[in-house]
Amino acid sequence: MLEGLMIGLSTAINPFNLMMVVFGCIIGTFIGMLPGLGPMSIIAIMIPVAITLGDPTAALILLAGVYYGAIFGGSTSSILLNAPGVAGTVATSFDGYPMAQKGMAGKALTIAAVSSFAGGTIGAILLMVFAPMLSSVALLFHSAEYFALMVVGLSAIAAFAGTGQVGKALMMTLLGLIMATVGEGAQFNMPRFTMGLMDLQSGFSFITLAMAMFALPEAIFLVMNPARSAQGSDGASGGKITNLRFSREEGRKMIPVIGRQSVQGFFIGVLPGAGATIASFLGYAVERNIAPKGEQEEFGKGSIKGLAAPETANNAACTGSFVPLLTLGIPGSGTTAILLGALIALNVTPGPRLMTDEPQVFWAVIISMYIGNLVLLILNLPLIPYIAKILAIPRNYLIPFILFFTLMGAYIGQNNSTELLILVGFGVVATILRFADYPLAPLLIGFILGTMLEDNLSRSMQLAQGFGFIFDRPMALGLLILAAVLVLLPSYRARRAAKRAEGVADGD
Amino acid sequence: MKFTRRVMMTAAAAMVAFSGAAQADGHQVLEELHFLIPGGAGGGWDGTARGTGEALTGAGIVGTASYENMSGGGGGVAIAHLIENADSMGNTMMVNSTPIVIRSLTGVFPQSFRDLTLVAGTIGDYAALVVGADSEIQDMAGLVAAYEADAGAFAIGGGSVPGGMDHLVAAMAMQAADQDPTGFSYVAYDAGGAAMAALLSGEIQALSTGFSEAVALAQQGEVRIIGVTAADRVDTFADAPTMMEQGLDVEFVNWRGFFAAPGLDDATVESMRAAIAAMYDTPEWEEVRARNGWVNIHNPGADFEAFLEAQEQQIGDLMRTLGFL
Repeated sequence: MLEGLMIGLSTAINPFNLMMVVFGCIIGTFIGMLPGLGPMSIIAIMIPVAITLGDPTAALILLAGVYYGAIFGGSTSSILLNAPGVAGTVATSFDGYPMAQKGMAGKALTIAAVSSFAGGTIGAILLMVFAPMLSSVALLFHSAEYFALMVVGLSAIAAFAGTGQVGKALMMTLLGLIMATVGEGAQFNMPRFTMGLMDLQSGFSFITLAMAMFALPEAIFLVMNPARSAQGSDGASGGKITNLRFSREEGRKMIPVIGRQSVQGFFIGVLPGAGATIASFLGYAVERNIAPKGEQEEFGKGSIKGLAAPETANNAACTGSFVPLLTLGIPGSGTTAILLGALIALNVTPGPRLMTDEPQVFWAVIISMYIGNLVLLILNLPLIPYIAKILAIPRNYLIPFILFFTLMGAYIGQNNSTELLILVGFGVVATILRFADYPLAPLLIGFILGTMLEDNLSRSMQLAQGFGFIFDRPMALGLLILAAVLVLLPSYRARRAAKRAEGVADGD
Repeated sequence: MKFTRRVMMTAAAAMVAFSGAAQADGHQVLEELHFLIPGGAGGGWDGTARGTGEALTGAGIVGTASYENMSGGGGGVAIAHLIENADSMGNTMMVNSTPIVIRSLTGVFPQSFRDLTLVAGTIGDYAALVVGADSEIQDMAGLVAAYEADAGAFAIGGGSVPGGMDHLVAAMAMQAADQDPTGFSYVAYDAGGAAMAALLSGEIQALSTGFSEAVALAQQGEVRIIGVTAADRVDTFADAPTMMEQGLDVEFVNWRGFFAAPGLDDATVESMRAAIAAMYDTPEWEEVRARNGWVNIHNPGADFEAFLEAQEQQIGDLMRTLGFL
């Protein structure tokens, strides 16, 4: 392995390849900030450039830079504008945006950068050490287990079921699940619930819904409430970003979160068909549930742990998704599918023999991940104060900017003007729901997980000819029990605490 | 009205033979060409359009090429767009493939290839049935035997919806082997990669997929191709047996090709066809083709229409048998 590492290092560290990684990171970060252009589209755009380089190693290094840059750029819009451009950064906005509103945008961006870096780097180390062994892990999951995993992911909604909100959160989740059924599912050859509209045939697009649920209502609230500002009252007055760094104590809080989520996120990423989105939701749910009581209530209101968990998990999972790609030649996500296309175009066929046939490519990918992460951190830390300044823009400029950003995000992916109507329609509905104090995040979680949940459930039922798969496959059963525990534990704890308080009052 | 349009199309196709030959001498045939892609960036349609554009501009056959991704409705949005705005689509070619035939049969979208101007079919990919490398199934006969032995524990997977291409290919093979094509269990995955993972994890016993996709994994020794839907063995991976040589009368090509707006003037359509015809001999195209593992299957004009009608017949019959129509 050491030998391979040296081969990789010597190819990656030449001025040209280093230039490529810097170039890729910059392009990825800036394009990635635009909602609607996720890593998948940016990589697709960059592939012709990478292929003209001719050298597979340089091309891969460039694409890895673009990939990591795009993921990081995506978190920026989640944190600053509540506009998650990719499903994997939805969980980032849960706590990142509240932090930015409290005037801690700089700190939130720093935490995101550091946790992304840690998740990506630890992921790369795990990939390097375990990749050959992990190819069998990637094949451990059948549809039954994926179904159970999605159920565990859904338990993240418990985080939004604050006091008295359980019913509302469940209703919103259900609504999200229902919305996911619109369009052609993988199991049906006819469109469902499209009302005969061709624009709905592929279902609602994630980006339109995310913009409508998060960014648009935010902009409307900003317009309606002059006292409210994107950056909170204190930050907006001076227009300067204080609190760029996190304190040592905060760092100490983050370390265990980062440690756990790098490993958990990586392993979820290894499963083809799970990926960064599930990893980020699961990371968020798990960290919230194991946090001490006081910190638990912080989640959703600007918790440092709540931001670090999904950011770490999401990046570690992206790295993990390279395991099935490199060792089996199976792309686990849309992005890795595009990367696979690029690799084949460069005459590299990933698979079990890649490590022995073309070790320099394998190791160059891993080294490029380290370097990509490092360059990204170095590039972005000094830039954060400037990026965060976006929020110091006066309201009358900021609001049109957010609206433009939102509309463009919905349009750009599909090139279909109907998306704009859907966006505005749902935006209005979402604003009304927010007035009535309904949490919107569960809706989006339900929508994102709904399709995968349904597909995997119907496949499992088809294969087992019924619900027998729950008992036939112990791992699926275990995951379902875990999900039940994750959902029920907080309310059990709360009830016990209440009972204890009651007991004291009674003089028991 | 439909009648006149078809007459016109046939007439237009007949004229290609003349002007096509006159122009195919390596000079620029078209100044600009706009590619309409019915799916998102990075998909199969996207790769075909961009690859074709790259070869055409690289070889100097076309001056400039531009691309527009318009996803939605499984391609229906782009088809409707091309028809509705036909007057302003003078230099637009839309890429499409076998699903346009399947989807207009099932009525997913109201239009069919007959509502468009057929430019040419350009490339294709055969379909294949594969099993895991350590599977006990060695050939098509083995596959049928495994199904007969325990139908309840037997499933073929694929990356398309039930009634979609991968399912139809598996059903064709079963039908050719004198089995009930509706009898076996077909499990649908939302992408080829997920279906391949399911095959390797043992969730399904066989996988119906594209030949080029299967070759990459067969070369790595992960899967075994037990039947290809080509008439003869394909050069890129001659180890893979065809279904024909195993006594199963199954031939199927997933083609990709280009369509233009309805009512487009003959001269423009002819120059589009001439541009594509000229492209095949260029080194630029050969590079793009080899890089993507495509098979040249050139069906210009009238040939394309005949091919599409035959495929529509083949698929339609099978879908009626399967109960999807």
